[in-house]
Parts: sequence; structure tokens; C-alpha cells
Amino acid sequence: MTSGAESLYQDIILDHNRSPRNFRVLDGAHRIVEAYNPLCGDHYTIYLKLDGEIISDIAFQGSGCAISKSSASVMSTVVKGKTREEAEALFTAFHHLVTEGADAGEDLDQYGKLAAFSGVSEFPARVKCAILAWHTMKSALHSDAKTVSTE
Amino acid sequence: MITPPTTSVPMSPQTFDVESLRGEFPILNVLVHGHRLVYLDNAATSQKPRAVIRSEEEYYRTMNANVHRGVHTLSEKATARYEESRESIRKYIGAGSAKEIVFVRGTTEAINLVAATYGKMHVGKGDHVVISGMEHHSNIVPWQMLCGETGALLRVIPLNDRGEVILSEYEKILDGPVKLVAISHISNALGTVNPIREMIASAHRRGIPVLVDGAQAMQHGPVDVRELECDFYAFSGHKMFGPTGIGILFGREALLETMPPYQGGGDMIKSVTFEKTIYNDLPHKFEAGTPNIAGAVALGTATEWLSGLDWTAIGLYEQNLLQYATDALSDMPGVRIIGTAERKAGIVSFVMNDIHPHDIGTILDRDGVAIRTGHHCAQPVMMRYGVPATARASFALYNTASEVDALIAALGRVREVMGI
Ligand SMILES: Cc1ncc(COP(=O)(O)O)c(C=O)c1O
Repeated sequence: MTSGAESLYQDIILDHNRSPRNFRVLDGAHRIVEAYNPLCGDHYTIYLKLDGEIISDIAFQGSGCAISKSSASVMSTVVKGKTREEAEALFTAFHHLVTEGADAGEDLDQYGKLAAFSGVSEFPARVKCAILAWHTMKSALHSDAKTVSTE
Repeated sequence: MITPPTTSVPMSPQTFDVESLRGEFPILNVLVHGHRLVYLDNAATSQKPRAVIRSEEEYYRTMNANVHRGVHTLSEKATARYEESRESIRKYIGAGSAKEIVFVRGTTEAINLVAATYGKMHVGKGDHVVISGMEHHSNIVPWQMLCGETGALLRVIPLNDRGEVILSEYEKILDGPVKLVAISHISNALGTVNPIREMIASAHRRGIPVLVDGAQAMQHGPVDVRELECDFYAFSGHKMFGPTGIGILFGREALLETMPPYQGGGDMIKSVTFEKTIYNDLPHKFEAGTPNIAGAVALGTATEWLSGLDWTAIGLYEQNLLQYATDALSDMPGVRIIGTAERKAGIVSFVMNDIHPHDIGTILDRDGVAIRTGHHCAQPVMMRYGVPATARASFALYNTASEVDALIAALGRVREVMGI
């Protein structure tokens, strides 16, 4: 019997939740921004190193639910080495995927690893969890904001 | 249907027929993701029996008008009904006079009212206000605000590892310059039933008044404010099978009499000139503006409905159900229960392995099981027990052992989905 919860908790999400990538303090980071969701207590710190236009390194620390943690982890792997512009484009694609869901007939493969989050849009209460680290990364690129809150 | 057949339900023989009682709650038939709702979030808000739903509807259908204002028939009817409801509530909680029953929005407003009036009058620089380590934010923040404004100190009674207040510490704290004690009757996050009778008596021996946050207590049986001898008792209609947006502040008449009004406006005055306003009598002095009349009426109905129940049988039933749930959860691998006080109401907070409670809540919901996950507006409690959040199942008189079984089965599915 399936309850539909499996569509949210896909293997990639469980894997990144269990063993998050780039899960450490990044010495010499140029940007350090905190992400906090006061509603559920998800709390992460995201570290960025920039080399001109390129995100040369990214790491994170903190705790929260499986969705927020795996999302931060997957994000760190896909934006590392990308330009700001590419990272922003990924943000836009991810945002669309978790809020609206994939468009009818759209090929999920184009989302790469992000496709694992295609189930989130069916769980409106969890969209904030998925997007938290992404918002934080984006604001880290733009400013020196210290804390990003989803509230 | 996820509800598995139950075999070992240790329910004692009862005069209380839970199935017929469930029939009075239409929402219990709602389907959630194709499953019959298993509602275990009663500490957040309880469901409403038909009598209460009907009462609110009937008020709007047959007598809606403003109260204490018009001479026309409907206004007189509405006023009479509103005041009858106050009387029902007075009787239900054993207050001496209807003057002691103030309609407010809920527990939160009741506590804020006392902090803003009694608090500002009596609490000054260097004084102490006492709360406990298990309070809901609504019984912390108003006192913090008061202390911030007056330069008073907020003292917190510490908890032991089971989630009980440490009474010897309480006694020590009471020896300070304490002006008020504000304590919950039952903790929403831990389920602990506090020994408030003893705690009130201790405070009174030193002449210190006590406010009781009764938000969680009212759904588990009648409360007699005279027997408790509390000075203030605050509660919300929506947690005792009544509507949202209405609640009660009980206050001893002698105290309410001396307190300044909370808000200014219509209804709370006797006469107004630009030079001077003469305040209305109790309890109207504290009810500025058009109140939630329909809510008040339906809350009166809720207390009448509650008075018709056999609380001895229900008390036993709820304790058995709590025991059954506690045993079943304890048997579940990886589960740790937070809050194991000797005296508890039907609230079980727990964590499971290192699965975040929000993931538990989402997966349970897909099986139709509604629980609360998070910090339960009691962040200091979470900190005390070293968890960021918990999952919380809270039981009311209409819950059954097979619903506990449904919870356990769904928790099994959580482990499956999360790959544990
Ligand atoms: C112990 C306790 N106090 C106060 C409140 C606040 O009640 P309300 O939100 O109805 O004002 C609650 C509700 O969650 C509670 O559980």
C-alpha cells in the first residue's frame, strides 16, 4: 500500500538527508548567511566562496527536517563551480519545480538531481522547507544579509 | 482503511459509550487522503459537537442583533442569550458570581488582560513574577513584556527530567518579592498535570495571588475555580469543544473590582463626556466593543453539553487510552517520550530515531492521522529536553484505542518511507 508520501521522500532525498554533502564549516568563506524557519526551527548556516563571478566553494551546517537538509545538500553540489548567473537560473528552475510542479509533458531529466524534489509541490506545507537553503544562497550572492527567514 | 483490527485493548468496562459520542462530532467522518480522519491534535484545538455547531447557527438564524444596546426585540433576545451563556459558564466552573466571568478572545487575551491591568498596578521595579519552565509562549511573553516595562524580574520554576515542576525550588522562589504566580494547569507540550491546588495554597500562605492558564485543562473535565481557590483562571472555548475566538477570564470579584479597564470603547462605560468617563460595572468594564456574541452563546452551549457527560467514566477512559498509547509508543523502536510525569493528561510528545518531527507529521497525514509537530509554542520546553521539536499526539474523549493503533501503524510506515 502506498500512501503517496514516497513521492516526496525519494531516494536521493533520503540519501542526502542521511549523508549530506559539503556539510562542514568553510574556512575563509566570503559570505556566511544564516537560514532560519521560526515555524519549525530549521536552522542552517551557508558558507560561500566567490572567485569573481564563480561560486568556487560552498558548504553548510545546521539541522532541520529531511526536506530542508537534503535540499541544502543537493543545492551545494549543483551550484558549486557555477557562475552567479547560472546559480540564479538554477534557483528559478528549482523554485518553479517545488511551487508549481513540473509542467505537463515536461521532461524531468532536464532538472538533473533537482528532479528528486518534483514531489514537493504536492505538499504545500513543505515548500518552505525545500526552498529555505536556496533563498539563503541567493541572498548570499546578492548582499551581506546575515539571516534569511522564511517567515 | 488503515485501522487494523485491534485485539488487546485493555479498556475497562465503562458506562461511557464512545461510539455514540463520536456520532455527535460530524467532522470525525471526514476523509483525509482517502482515510477516515484520525484526529490526534486535540491540544491544538478540539472538534465541535453538533450541539455547539447548531447553537451558533441558531443564534444567527433567530436572534442576531447587537447586545446591551437596542430596545428592539432581537437585541433584547441576543442580550439575554449572551448573559444566559455567561451564567452557564459561571455555573460550570463554580464561580460565585457572573461578574467574575469576562468574555475574551481566548487564553492569550485573558493573560494579556491580567498582565496589562493587575500586573501594571501591582508589579514594580525589583518585584518578581513567577512562571514555570513548561509554559506556553502565551503565558511567558505577556509577563516578559510586563517585566520589561516595569523593571521586575521573571522567575522560572525549574522542571525535573520527567517534566514536573520542582516544588522545593518553587517554595524557595516564593520567598522572594513575588507579586504574582502564573502557571499552567496542564502543559500542552508535556501533558503534565500540575499540582496547582498545592501551588496556589503555597502562594496564598504568603499573600501572593495566582493566575492559572487552564487552556489545556478544560477539555479533560470540569474545573471548579472556587475549590482551587485560584485568583484568575484563563481558558479558550475552542479547546473545550466550543468555537474559536471566544474564551474566558475568571477573576475573583474583589480583584477585578480594583483593576483598571483593559481597553476603552463602547459597552465598558456608564457615561462618557470629553472630561471624564465613568466605567461600567463588572464584568462589562472589561468587555469593550461588540463582543463575539455567537461565540459566547455557543461556548455556553458547550459547557451545558459538557455538564451532561459522565466525567468519572470519561476520566477513567481517557487515562486508559493515555496508558494504552504510552505503552504502544514505548514499544515502538527508536521512540523516546518527552514528558513522563506521574500525573498526565492525554498528551504524548515524542521523538523517533533522528527523524525530524515534520517528516513524521507529513507522512502520518498521508495516512489520515493528524498530529502536531514542532515546538508547540513552548520553545523553552524543547530546549530543556534538548530537542528542536517533537511530534505530539493528543487525545480527547472521542478518540479510541483503534485510533492509537492507526497512529502506531502509520509510524511504522514513517520508518519504512524514511528507510529505517
Ligand atoms: C497551555 C496553553 N496556554 C495557552 C494557549 C493559548 O491559547 P489560545 O491560542 O486559544 O489563546 C494554549 C494553546 O495552544 C495552550 O496550550
